Amino acid sequence: MDNLGHLLDGFVNVLSPGNLLMALLGVVAGTAVGVLPGIGPAMTVALLLPVTYGMDPTQAFILFAGIYYGGMYGGSTTSILLNTPGESSSVITSIEGNKMAKAGRAAQALATAAIGSFVAGTIATLLLVFVTPLVVTFAVGLGAPEYFAIMLLAFVAVSVTLGSSRVRGFASLLLGLVIGLIGIDGVTGRQRLTLGIPQLADGIDVVVVAVGIFAVGEALWVAAHMRRKAMPVIPVGRPWLGAEDWRRSWRPWLRGTALGFPFGALPGSGAEIPTFLSYAVEKRLARRPEEFGHGAIEGVAGPEAANNASAAGTLVPMLAIGLPTTATAAVMLAAFESYGIQPGPLLLERQPALVWTLIASLFIGNLLLLVLNLPLAPAWARLLRVPRPYLYAGILFFASMGAYAVNSQPLDLILLLLLGLLGFAMRRFGLPVLPLIVGVILGPRAELQGRRSLQLSGGDLSGLVGGPLSIAIYAVLVILLAWPLIKRFVPGRAL
Amino acid sequence: MSEQEPVHGHGASREGDRTSVRADERRSPDEPPSPDERPSPDERTSLGDGPRSGDRAQYGVCAFLALLGALVIVDALSITPLTSSNDPIGPRSVPVLLGVALLVVAVVYGVDVARGGRGEPEAGEDVDLSTAMDWRTVLLLAGAFAANAVLIEPLGWVISGTVMFWGAAFALGNRHHVRGLMIAVVLSLVTFYVFAIGLGVNLPAGVLQGIL
Repeated sequence: MDNLGHLLDGFVNVLSPGNLLMALLGVVAGTAVGVLPGIGPAMTVALLLPVTYGMDPTQAFILFAGIYYGGMYGGSTTSILLNTPGESSSVITSIEGNKMAKAGRAAQALATAAIGSFVAGTIATLLLVFVTPLVVTFAVGLGAPEYFAIMLLAFVAVSVTLGSSRVRGFASLLLGLVIGLIGIDGVTGRQRLTLGIPQLADGIDVVVVAVGIFAVGEALWVAAHMRRKAMPVIPVGRPWLGAEDWRRSWRPWLRGTALGFPFGALPGSGAEIPTFLSYAVEKRLARRPEEFGHGAIEGVAGPEAANNASAAGTLVPMLAIGLPTTATAAVMLAAFESYGIQPGPLLLERQPALVWTLIASLFIGNLLLLVLNLPLAPAWARLLRVPRPYLYAGILFFASMGAYAVNSQPLDLILLLLLGLLGFAMRRFGLPVLPLIVGVILGPRAELQGRRSLQLSGGDLSGLVGGPLSIAIYAVLVILLAWPLIKRFVPGRAL
Repeated sequence: MSEQEPVHGHGASREGDRTSVRADERRSPDEPPSPDERPSPDERTSLGDGPRSGDRAQYGVCAFLALLGALVIVDALSITPLTSSNDPIGPRSVPVLLGVALLVVAVVYGVDVARGGRGEPEAGEDVDLSTAMDWRTVLLLAGAFAANAVLIEPLGWVISGTVMFWGAAFALGNRHHVRGLMIAVVLSLVTFYVFAIGLGVNLPAGVLQGIL
């Protein structure tokens, strides 16, 4: 068990005071941004990127992973106590969770969410330990055509499965790809879409794009439709579970984990789809399905486990192939690049200490989160009462600080505002944001791999179709694209 | 590939009325005004009985996508073609492809809108979609943000950050001016000392150089 040996080394590394402190900082910050409206883990990681340039990469990634896991915990608190989800991954939690809270069972809802997240996070991180090396052995054999096909699949998958409208998903993806195009072409040195502005020659930094779309866009959007009367926050004591709740929760936790992990690893599904599925499964299997819609604890336990397990699942393709499946993973991928580290099959070989310390930190972070969330839930709930003008002013404040710190040029702040207006318009017109972020980050890499494939074939388009794997991926692509047509000929399907 | 999903256009007439009034007011840099914001006549006849009262401002998005597509293609064609055995497709192909895709998506989007499709505005904890768009707050907020961009080099982060935080909080309805100012000053000073001096992040000291 070579992996376990590496993992033990990772634990030894992570238990140093500096790394532990980063893990703690990460989970605290993550829980806070998960609870707070308006900001999420993806944006927080993006904001912290320029701040962490001077840090040791291992510590930076421990911090980022803590934020990612913490965001999943914090989102459930908002869902349960405020009836609106803090993160998209906890939309489902709010259905039953808020009903439970209104019925005076907020403590149990928070407890099953926190303990379920812990159980799911721990099991899923264990799965990550064993699955990642397997995916790496598979990915080592991939060439440029396969990478190109995988990225195309990721583009289509994030565009068609998210949101209700495919054309809006593609519009968002194309906007992202065009933003990714700006700057000097890496192969020929020609400037593209720089409009004669010298500062654009290096392209628009991912931090500026992510912070502009997420933070500034969100602040402007909230400003346009500010809720003048604060929503009532349901008061809560210390979370706890009775014997009956334990009995009803443990199976949903395990089933949620089983759904969340694989779906997290697939492009385009992220954390939302497994939470939906988990809810549907629990409703079907429940001994008392009539309780669903009136605060069934299974409906909180399953989806919360699923979204935490999916966070671990997301890390598998991110570390092993360099393929992000969620916005946070996409920003983390950009973070790896800014440290000059290339995620992908060679990562485990070249940076074993970093990867295994990072994975060990996930176990520690999960434990810290359980300890932080169970007794301190009332304190976190108080964050929901932050006066909104200060909250959003603060978000803009840190957004412009982070964006300025990347290149120290005021032009980035103007770009940030323009991207914020774009993010605003996307929220107004219901364009999903994730395809844009994935497009910005993966677009240049996809172009590189595509051109590399064509280089091997001397410009013949057949070079894009490599081996059987890429043919299989293109087949999946065609099915995804043609799905609305296919659906018409498959009778009796109601989904 | 075309938009197949049936999209709820029928129940949206109240929203639609509101947004169509708004359509003339909105002039953000991302949505340049364009003559073809209306559906072309043949589109209307061919798609016949779609609900008319959809969200008209969406045609602005189509126009934006189409203009962007055209810009991307024009920019790509102005690059001197350069292909070599190392790089048979050169720097132009991908942008041209994306530009064409943008034009196609703009058309499909337009057809979708003409059929009554509309994107659901994003909901959130602090978002109350039953209220009309509050342009004054948005502009004030954007103004506070732009002030920071202009002031950060000459005056330094501590002053420009203070101005922005205070201005943004004011725009969003904060009326505790002194408290807002105090929070702004403390936040700017703390971030400057922690990040610029502590962690070496590049934040300008500006006119306060030597004092801080």
